[in-house]
Amino acid sequence: MDEVESVYTDIIMEHSTATYNKHELGNGAVKEHGHNPSCGDDITLEIIWNGDLIEDLAFTGSGCAISQASTSIMIDLLKGKTKEEALNLINIFLRMIKREDITEEETAKLEDAIALKNISNLPARVKCAELAWYTMEKLIEK
Amino acid sequence: MNNYDIKKDFHILKDITYLDSGATTQKPVQVINAIKNYYENNNANPHRGAYKLSIKATDVYDEARKKVSQFINARQTNEIVFTRNATESLNLIAYSYGMNNIKKGDTILLSIMEHHSNLVPWQNVCKKNGAKLEYMYVNNEGLLYEEDICKKIVPGVKVVGITQVSNVLGTINPVKEIVKRAHQVGAIVVVDASQSVPHMKVNVQDLDADFLVFSGHKMLAPLGIGVLYGKRELLNKLSPFLFGGDMIEYVYEQETTYAEVPTKFEAGTQNVEGAIGLSAAIDYLNNIGMNDVQKMEEEILEYAMSKLLKLDFITVYGPKDLSKHAGVISFNVNGVHPHDVASILDSNNVCIRSGNHCAQPLLRYMGLDSTCRASFYIYNTKEDVDKLIESLNKTRKVFEKWMK
Ligand SMILES: Cc1ncc(COP(=O)(O)O)c(C=O)c1O
Ligand SMILES: [Zn+2]
Repeated sequence: MDEVESVYTDIIMEHSTATYNKHELGNGAVKEHGHNPSCGDDITLEIIWNGDLIEDLAFTGSGCAISQASTSIMIDLLKGKTKEEALNLINIFLRMIKREDITEEETAKLEDAIALKNISNLPARVKCAELAWYTMEKLIEK
Repeated sequence: MNNYDIKKDFHILKDITYLDSGATTQKPVQVINAIKNYYENNNANPHRGAYKLSIKATDVYDEARKKVSQFINARQTNEIVFTRNATESLNLIAYSYGMNNIKKGDTILLSIMEHHSNLVPWQNVCKKNGAKLEYMYVNNEGLLYEEDICKKIVPGVKVVGITQVSNVLGTINPVKEIVKRAHQVGAIVVVDASQSVPHMKVNVQDLDADFLVFSGHKMLAPLGIGVLYGKRELLNKLSPFLFGGDMIEYVYEQETTYAEVPTKFEAGTQNVEGAIGLSAAIDYLNNIGMNDVQKMEEEILEYAMSKLLKLDFITVYGPKDLSKHAGVISFNVNGVHPHDVASILDSNNVCIRSGNHCAQPLLRYMGLDSTCRASFYIYNTKEDVDKLIESLNKTRKVFEKWMK
């Protein structure tokens, strides 16, 4: 398997073309804009809170397959989670991307997001995978 | 000499297909050795020490200036100012000329295809001085058109900024005609030659350009050396850009008089290594001959275009008439984002650029988000083009199943 095949897997490609998470949430949503100036990926995350719970989460924007897939996968993972759980998952994900050690238990928590593990095979694209997660972190702390 | 012989001088190109010379070119051994030789035999701070070595350093620096002036056919050697790059040259003009001469109500006119470096500095001048910023637009092939040029270059326009070759679309602009028209209405013309001087014979007197800028690193020279050409009488009138050592004549407690042009614009210790490298790069290009340089690139462009246009999943942008098209091709793989294309090409060791190429207003005007860009130079061969095509087919395969 070459480096490209290790990244452009079926899961990533499916999410990159999926549109069910890609829409606006309307009134009551809190928004955060994320942008990679070097490559042009540009997303806006929208969240609706129910107390501490992420009741709804969606995005709009454009970018490469990696950034779009990563955003969609993240939304699937974080919807319905509490603020604290979400921050923890973001932390695990970003450590995985940076090739730091994560436990088996932590890995299991990431579900489909594990598919982005190999992005470090394409160093030029790490930022694309991280964008949604850093933006989400800012959105949660807003 | 053909491109196969030339390639042997570029050791870095052993295992890669380098198609990003529009961003920066690779360097031949001759340039690398010239820099090595400078440090092993001639290095000192020019203009300062009173000893033989410093004189030597000064001499080689001055020779490099002369080489550059002859290369673009300037009237005088001291019409050449060394800078860090085209961007710094353009900032020098915008600050020293623009800030002091452009007034409220004046117009600065640019083409919509300017690189950010010939756009943002002028935007800044307009904001500070209350001048208007206007643009000459392009048709759907990315060509400026006469009607718009005539409509925009009118009395009240004080500066026209024009790139000779677009770094996005490869468009070759009719600079000579634009200069003529601009002079008729009393405007000065700033020519961005970053993508032309490396690739074709450029003659500043024939163009009658008032200012012309380029970067060494896009023409085989090291990073960090750039050129500003200015007509002598204009340079003489400009106030300095950076202040400090070397650019002065006398310094008193409250007053300073400045050195003559070009030293007036070269404050602080200069990049002599860069100037030496640029001089060696010019020797290298002259040895091939700029006519042959251009011919070789035309051949590669023609070959690449014919191959690309055969791929039905590719959209190519820019002029169809190849006589108005330099060795830069912007394209998209339909349905695939340029970043993804670049990554898949990279896995085949094919280097292209993707993104907005520092020309956001142009891409926005053309309704594009970003493009892939392949740009060629004298060391590129038909095999490089074949590798590009093969890798684009691979890209297509990876994405085929998912394209809608
Ligand atoms: C047309 C054009 N102008 C200006 C520049 C800026 O060059 P530099 O970054 O060397 O200052 C470039 C380089 O990308 C260019 O292509
Ligand atoms: Zn991206």
